[in-house]
Amino acid sequence: MSDSAPLTTDQPGQVASATPPAPGRSRRLSDRGLAVAFTSPALLLLLAMSVFPLLWALYLSFTDYSATRGGPAQFVGFGNYTAILASEQVHLRALTTLVYVVGAVTLQTVLGFAIAYLISRRTRGRGLLTTLFLVPMMLSPVVVGLFWRFMLDAQFGVVNSMLGSIGLGQVEWLTGQRTALISLILVDTWQWTPFIMLIALAGLTAVPRYLYEAASIDRASEWFRFRTITLPLVWPLLLIAVLFRAIEAFRLFDLVYILTSGGPGVSTETLSFHVYKVAFLGFNTGTASAYGILMILVVIILTQLYLRYLNKLKED
Amino acid sequence: MAVSVDEAVSTRPARDRGSPARRFGGRGRSALEVTLLTVLAAVMLFPVLWMIETSIKENRDVYAIPAKFFDFKVTMDHYKDVFVASGSGRSTLSAAFLNSVVVAGASTALATVLGVPAAWAYSRFAMKAKKDQLFFILSTRFMPPVVVVIPIFLMYRQVGLIDSKLGLILIYAAFNVPFTIWMMKGFVDEVPAEYEDAAMLDGYTRLQAFWRYTLPLLLPGIAATAVFALIFSWNEFVFAIFLTSSDSVRTAPPAIAGLIGGTTVDWGLVAAASVVFALPVLVFAYLVRKHLVAGVTLGAVRR
Repeated sequence: MSDSAPLTTDQPGQVASATPPAPGRSRRLSDRGLAVAFTSPALLLLLAMSVFPLLWALYLSFTDYSATRGGPAQFVGFGNYTAILASEQVHLRALTTLVYVVGAVTLQTVLGFAIAYLISRRTRGRGLLTTLFLVPMMLSPVVVGLFWRFMLDAQFGVVNSMLGSIGLGQVEWLTGQRTALISLILVDTWQWTPFIMLIALAGLTAVPRYLYEAASIDRASEWFRFRTITLPLVWPLLLIAVLFRAIEAFRLFDLVYILTSGGPGVSTETLSFHVYKVAFLGFNTGTASAYGILMILVVIILTQLYLRYLNKLKED
Repeated sequence: MAVSVDEAVSTRPARDRGSPARRFGGRGRSALEVTLLTVLAAVMLFPVLWMIETSIKENRDVYAIPAKFFDFKVTMDHYKDVFVASGSGRSTLSAAFLNSVVVAGASTALATVLGVPAAWAYSRFAMKAKKDQLFFILSTRFMPPVVVVIPIFLMYRQVGLIDSKLGLILIYAAFNVPFTIWMMKGFVDEVPAEYEDAAMLDGYTRLQAFWRYTLPLLLPGIAATAVFALIFSWNEFVFAIFLTSSDSVRTAPPAIAGLIGGTTVDWGLVAAASVVFALPVLVFAYLVRKHLVAGVTLGAVRR
């Protein structure tokens, strides 16, 4: 563009305003080129590292390929899929996952919202409180898993030690059939309650003050204000947070791996952990791929839901 | 939403019963709320404090029953063990930390270089099915890592990227690019496109306008985004444990997790390693606290 008037590059403004149509056209052309040049490297990386592997997994899911046996893979049609959908083992894992996701996300939501509500009512020390509450969320699941494993140890764990000192019995946190799943839910809740809290707090502080003032002039009760002002205004944002957490909880692997390794027995084996066992301990790559594709379908449905609410939130 | 609020305010005369409840409130309630918050904060922070405490305890005190909260001997031995091997020289853990720095740093740089221009392009230009493209990009970030790692493992085995830092860098970059694009698009949207239009009226090309005017304004946003990408890569565990095996490549999370593999576990060392591992994350997170909501929702929610 500036090339068209090489003599006046020192005062390019005059040139551009003197000949508006020409730069306009060439700009639109170069814009398209720029858009392609700027977006395609990122898209290529995603194609190579996300889309292509998933397509490969899709292909493998129709075969009996095994990563260790090698040799040519036999095409087995929907055999892997029907085997997985009919498997009792998978049903059990699906139930475990459901209990875990619903339990953890519900607890996090209630606690996180409660904390956010309490913080939002304080006038002083808000920043400090928020920062302190956010610490667990920033830790790696590895650190969280390891540390809770230490604290929940039945013999020398500090949790049982504290329970003992107030006269309560010892709990087999990670080794009991029932308690292990509860422990998993509790640890996940400990780590991710801050997430819900953070987003709920963002929603709560965005509620216009004059609404509360109007309500209090009208002598509306606390509960009434909460129900008709706070909740409706925060709910859309909270829903986003809940869906986000649900997706994350559904695909969670590392915490299970570190904290309980699926045990005792299979009592804390979630779907992602089971996929790992099928793929990397059983080396039934074909079956594991079909399993993974089915999980991805669930994630895609949840993601669609999430994105739809997100869209709605942005449009409001 | 606005409608429901209007209703809420206008239906109020029928609900005057609330006033006694309000009078009951006041100071007593405020004290109750403060107490509740304190208790909750204590519960949330106790594990972190306990971890720090364990990392400076002598082994005898670490396994004491009942647990020792205050009267223990302070030692820095565990921290020494994190960095120095039992004989002499560097420990495997410190090598793992170094690998983590390299992998997290390089993958963040790659994701930033690829993601920022893309975010700018998505923000500024009309494109075919732009919304669909953006949603597709975000949804790749939601794929379960355990599932993605199966074909990635086979693919890497084929091309010789198994157990290599480059392999980890590539997959982390691929997981951070969607985040970078979404997060940065928000920042680019905040910079008025008119700046570039004005620069172009002055004779600059679109690219020059981006480079000279928009990019400098984006720098704080780029820094915040890069910090989040850095934290994600630093904390990542699933790909690290399945795609690497040798000590010279392994990053810190699998190395720390490997500490509990044996029959006896040195929990003091685990605690010290965890503290060393978590400290930079907390510092970085504190630096970007203003953007935390956007960061942890992958740039989807902005306030």
